[in-house]
Amino acid sequence: MTRGFDPKILMLFGLVAILFVGTGFVQSWNTALTIFNMGLVSAIMALGVNMQWGYAGLFNVGVMGFVALGGLATVLVSVEPVPEAWSAGGLQVILGLVLGALTIVGAILLWNAMPKGRLRGLVMLVVLLIGFTLFRRVFDTGAEAVEAINPASTGFLGGLGLPILLAWPVGGLLAAGAAWIIGKTALGLRSDYLAIATLGIAEIIIAVLKNEDWLARGVKNVTGIDRPVPYEVDLQESERFLGLVSNIGADPVTASTITVKLLYAALFILVLGLLIWLSEKAWNSPWGRMMRAIRDNEVSAAAMGKDVKSRHLQIFILGSAVCGVAGAMMTTLDSQLVPGTYQPLRFTFLIWVMVIVGGSGNNWGAVLGGFLIWWLWVQVEPLGLLLMQGLTAGMADGNWLREHLLDSAAHMRLLTMGMILLLVLRFSPRGLIPER
Amino acid sequence: MDVLNAFVTLANFVIIPATAYGAQLALGALGVTLIYGILRFSNFAHGDTMAFGTMVTIFATWGLQAAGITFGILPTALLALPLGIAATALLVIGTDRTIYRFYRQQKAKPVIFVIASLGVMFIMNGIVRFFIGVDDQRFADGERFIISARTFRDMTGLDEGLAFRTTQGITIVVAMIAVILLFWFLNRTRTGKSMRAFSDNEDLALLSGINPERVVLITWIIVAALATTAGVLYGLDKSFKPFTYFQLLLPIFASAIVGGLGNPLGAILGGFLIAFSEVGVTYAFRKVVGYLGPTEWQPDGLLQLLSTDYKFAVSFGILLIVLLFKPTGIMKGKSV
Repeated sequence: MTRGFDPKILMLFGLVAILFVGTGFVQSWNTALTIFNMGLVSAIMALGVNMQWGYAGLFNVGVMGFVALGGLATVLVSVEPVPEAWSAGGLQVILGLVLGALTIVGAILLWNAMPKGRLRGLVMLVVLLIGFTLFRRVFDTGAEAVEAINPASTGFLGGLGLPILLAWPVGGLLAAGAAWIIGKTALGLRSDYLAIATLGIAEIIIAVLKNEDWLARGVKNVTGIDRPVPYEVDLQESERFLGLVSNIGADPVTASTITVKLLYAALFILVLGLLIWLSEKAWNSPWGRMMRAIRDNEVSAAAMGKDVKSRHLQIFILGSAVCGVAGAMMTTLDSQLVPGTYQPLRFTFLIWVMVIVGGSGNNWGAVLGGFLIWWLWVQVEPLGLLLMQGLTAGMADGNWLREHLLDSAAHMRLLTMGMILLLVLRFSPRGLIPER
Repeated sequence: MDVLNAFVTLANFVIIPATAYGAQLALGALGVTLIYGILRFSNFAHGDTMAFGTMVTIFATWGLQAAGITFGILPTALLALPLGIAATALLVIGTDRTIYRFYRQQKAKPVIFVIASLGVMFIMNGIVRFFIGVDDQRFADGERFIISARTFRDMTGLDEGLAFRTTQGITIVVAMIAVILLFWFLNRTRTGKSMRAFSDNEDLALLSGINPERVVLITWIIVAALATTAGVLYGLDKSFKPFTYFQLLLPIFASAIVGGLGNPLGAILGGFLIAFSEVGVTYAFRKVVGYLGPTEWQPDGLLQLLSTDYKFAVSFGILLIVLLFKPTGIMKGKSV
């Protein structure tokens, strides 16, 4: 931040701005703002991944899991509690979970306390087995009781009924907790192992969200999550808003949807700005230099007395927490938690494309990549359809090839993203805005 | 006490399905482990390579069926398999030439290869979805059962049936043939030996005049054959769906790592270990225990450790345990 802005960076951001403004003129301002808001969220996710990859060279392919945990946080924090469910089995569920956690902690403590040998393995196995049986006994009946309470509309414990904005930091905390567990086990081993471990934990988190109905209703989804901004309908009924709208001579319905989106955008920009500021501060601090030193040469950094493993753990947790915050923001924007929509290609690997294309090791690059790639991801589909229509214009209606090509146009986006990633990696491996 | 019925139930629901699944995982893990040994990176596009090969095989199968050619009691897909392997070999050699070779010449870090393989994954995924779509495809034909549950009951007079599906039998036989061929190739032929030499010590291998590009080329062809075979067998046994193949990446990687990355024998062992744990942990043992104990002991619960939705957690759990206690895998693998 000390050197002022590079004209190239300004130009690139200007280009992306033109893309969004162009969308506003060609399609509609509503569309442009929808893409822009998700672009903001994507940029934050890209910032999180960039911390891990750009600062420390950690290869995390479990972004989806951390994002989903952020989404879970919105339900746990903001949804009203379900008192019937709590009295039916809530405490039992909690007790079961505590028992399960105690078993694992106990097993780890025993493992560390006992001398090496066959006895240690046996004792640990017995402790784990007894603990698991107890956990299932207590937990299962509790969960069943909770899920039996009015399954069509609730069937879960609900949340705490607190303001939704509180969910954003909580989402970060949840993700940080999961990252701590993963980091403790997989960091310090080869880089590929961390990749596979994160890939696995992401799938497991999604499986938990889909199947544990007592937690967040599973595939029945939680809808109607609180919003930090007013509802369109309320705006359309408010005298003041209508007065304002009629002054500028706009259609009240369109104006209300755009206002809501602008409010979201303002909130998101606030978070993104804060995160960029913090990241830049960190990047330019002694801590940031140490991180880069570790990334560039672990051996010599270790020789200088830097604790490589715990620094890696630190940055891994921080980056995952940022992804968690972004996940909470996304669920807030959607007002619903739909576990079925979490796809690794969309929520893990696309974020990687953003970071690589934008410029790994540069916060502004990650943000740029977030906006650019998200815009492309959304727009490639209609563009692909246009292309296919152009290609097949000569064919007769109902021709099977024409039908097939038109139907498959949606899959063009995966192809395009792969192409972009490979081209950037080959011809501009440092990304659009390289590390300074 | 009814040991026979208990065993038959166990065989029907655990041993046979897990053996077939283990063979499929082992073939997949062999591909991953070979790439790791020779090219020294984890290929994230492996699941989608399997999907591509299976897709070509499915199209060829449909073509054969349309032309009225079938394979008698065996699935037609087996006839179409060579075509699938050939197409996949061309594809992976093409990706190697256009993408990976550049980074090899640059001596890029392994993680750059991994990121490149993410790009390849996107493209292959796009191609597969573009051609065949995202839906489930079933392409098994021919005889459905080697032994059906009813025949088995009539034959033996037991209460429990034992179904042995043709696809399971074929999986096991084909996997065995593939593995024997692979090990014969690696241990007995000159090219195979040069591959192992290259994997063990690249510099020494280069010194002794082994052509690295040739080794890489052969590796990709073998990987294409293994991946396509694994994919087709999995598709015959269950069904073909692009997203499921992508998800297979996790158990396949877990198998390869558990066995020791870069170690072919370990990959096979890992595949079966993961498959048996996955099926065993998610199977409800109620019936089996019911047969073994006296009637009044019949348990109330299902005796299922984890619901089937958590099968990923099993491969993941085993992976974590191995990483914590034996980071190079059960059979000693590489750790670059």
